[in-house]
Amino acid sequence: MKYKSQKVAYMFFALSIVLLLLQIVYGFIMGFAHAGFDGLHDFIPFNTATATHKNLLVVWLLSGFMGAAYYIIPEESQRELVSVPLAKLQFWSLAAVGVTAVIGFHFNWWEGRKFLEIPRPLDYLVVVNVLLFLGIILVTLFKGKEKTTTAMVLAMGLFFAALLYLPGMVWFDNQSVDSFFRWWVVHLWVEGVWELIMGGILAFLLIKLTGVDRELIEKWLYVIVGLTFLSGILGTGHHYYYIGAPKYWLMVGGIFSALEPLAFLGMALFALAMYRKGEKNHPNKIALYWTLGSAIVSFAGAGLLGIAHTIPSVNIWTHGTLITAMHGHLAFWGAYAMIVIAIITYAMPLMTGRKLYDRPAAHYAFWLSNIGMIGMTTAFAAAGVAQVYLERKVGMSFMDAQKAIEVHFWILIGAATLFTIGIIYYAVNFFQHGLPTDEALVKE
Amino acid sequence: MFFLGGTVVFFLVFLVLSANTLSSGIPRQTHADKVSQAVIDGKILFDENNCMGCHTILGEGAYYAPELTKVVDRRGAGFIKAVLTSKQPWTLSGRKMVAYGFNDKEASDLIAFFTWIGEIDLNGFPPEPDLKK
Repeated sequence: MKYKSQKVAYMFFALSIVLLLLQIVYGFIMGFAHAGFDGLHDFIPFNTATATHKNLLVVWLLSGFMGAAYYIIPEESQRELVSVPLAKLQFWSLAAVGVTAVIGFHFNWWEGRKFLEIPRPLDYLVVVNVLLFLGIILVTLFKGKEKTTTAMVLAMGLFFAALLYLPGMVWFDNQSVDSFFRWWVVHLWVEGVWELIMGGILAFLLIKLTGVDRELIEKWLYVIVGLTFLSGILGTGHHYYYIGAPKYWLMVGGIFSALEPLAFLGMALFALAMYRKGEKNHPNKIALYWTLGSAIVSFAGAGLLGIAHTIPSVNIWTHGTLITAMHGHLAFWGAYAMIVIAIITYAMPLMTGRKLYDRPAAHYAFWLSNIGMIGMTTAFAAAGVAQVYLERKVGMSFMDAQKAIEVHFWILIGAATLFTIGIIYYAVNFFQHGLPTDEALVKE
Repeated sequence: MFFLGGTVVFFLVFLVLSANTLSSGIPRQTHADKVSQAVIDGKILFDENNCMGCHTILGEGAYYAPELTKVVDRRGAGFIKAVLTSKQPWTLSGRKMVAYGFNDKEASDLIAFFTWIGEIDLNGFPPEPDLKK
């Protein structure tokens, strides 16, 4: 750690870990409900559980991105953050809005719009919060000595992510129009600007962990950003196949979705190439695991499993089934959860001065969570394929098909248990680092 | 430059297609002229109660409860009204649904919404089961 103000990242990282743990609890509630045990239904019905699960994900990832920015931007621009008290205020308001939203979901206070369930009044608070965050980051960046490509890509990603939240705040009477704009937010986030954030964090980590020249790494970063937008913008079309929009989206969405894995493939090849080229033997091996893991798993989850059902002739059968959950879980885990965990794993020893990276817990955390998540994805895939076949092809009723695939949810719960043990190891290891301290400050 | 140029071009294409979709495509395929006050009120209820948190509609939502796009064809208005107005959690299908206990107006607004949804041209979704005996 080179700048005192980087310490503020810790609060965001800690919030991420706590919300991740809570997100898992709601995942289990849904897993058991799918397996036929909905004992909590009277208190936490399925729609509450799913809204909570998804929004906790969004909030902990955003908190992780913000923490990452507060850590990376001072180091890249070579100056302290412009205001630590404002950053702390931004943290507490983020936490307050997040907690209020989640509590609201338990009292029927929400909007029934997948991923954007946070009710409108809180949306405005989110906007204020994010503007404050962007203000701190951008002013720091522009007052800084350096404006590196890595920092610019990260900042651009954060800026557009904020901008794209706005189309989700408009009310439309027509369900199809509503859905059309909802994907401007959700798709252009996860298959557009969030990839910039991911690319920025990835580049920063590779520079630090492999010791390869910044120039080379940032050249790759340009290519990845380019590929992301070339494919991702028109790739939005794969959400428009069957919601009441014109047929040309089948062709446009189909072609550009088929190109979307390229950006992720580029990222995976890039990370591996830098790893092989790197001569620096950084002691924090486990941070490198998470970094490379993120690049590889995102290609599998977001890239390959994505294209597995964005082909229009496949999607007509799989649209609105558990196949989406299969893709969603591995994609979010690989692309965004793992990159947030990677930057946390890299930053914690540097902020606290405690070098806990070679502890067995750190390794168990990586392997168990990944094996568990791959198992969960496989369980969703088996359940999803069977559901599509029974319900869509053979014409079995929804509930009969659900009964027939219940068994896969026990596999899901088993795999999720492994995943959870991994995350608990991670959380324990995280909190054993203790609090960040100025004693950990180092000069170049 | 190639990437920057490409991004700008594809972004413009995206905007043009979106404008066309919003101005003529969706209004035509969704029969926008049939969006009555009842349909809008139904959508508000659908939204406020996060029905999409269990069901799917137009193939979007959660995967815990049945797809509702063609629910009026499949079940008929009478059955739907019974589920929506029930004071007890509906369990007859095997999974529990929250007992919303809607009044008659609310139920008929939601049915109007589902009826409108069911008539949208969805480019062939949901497909007919082709292996059904």
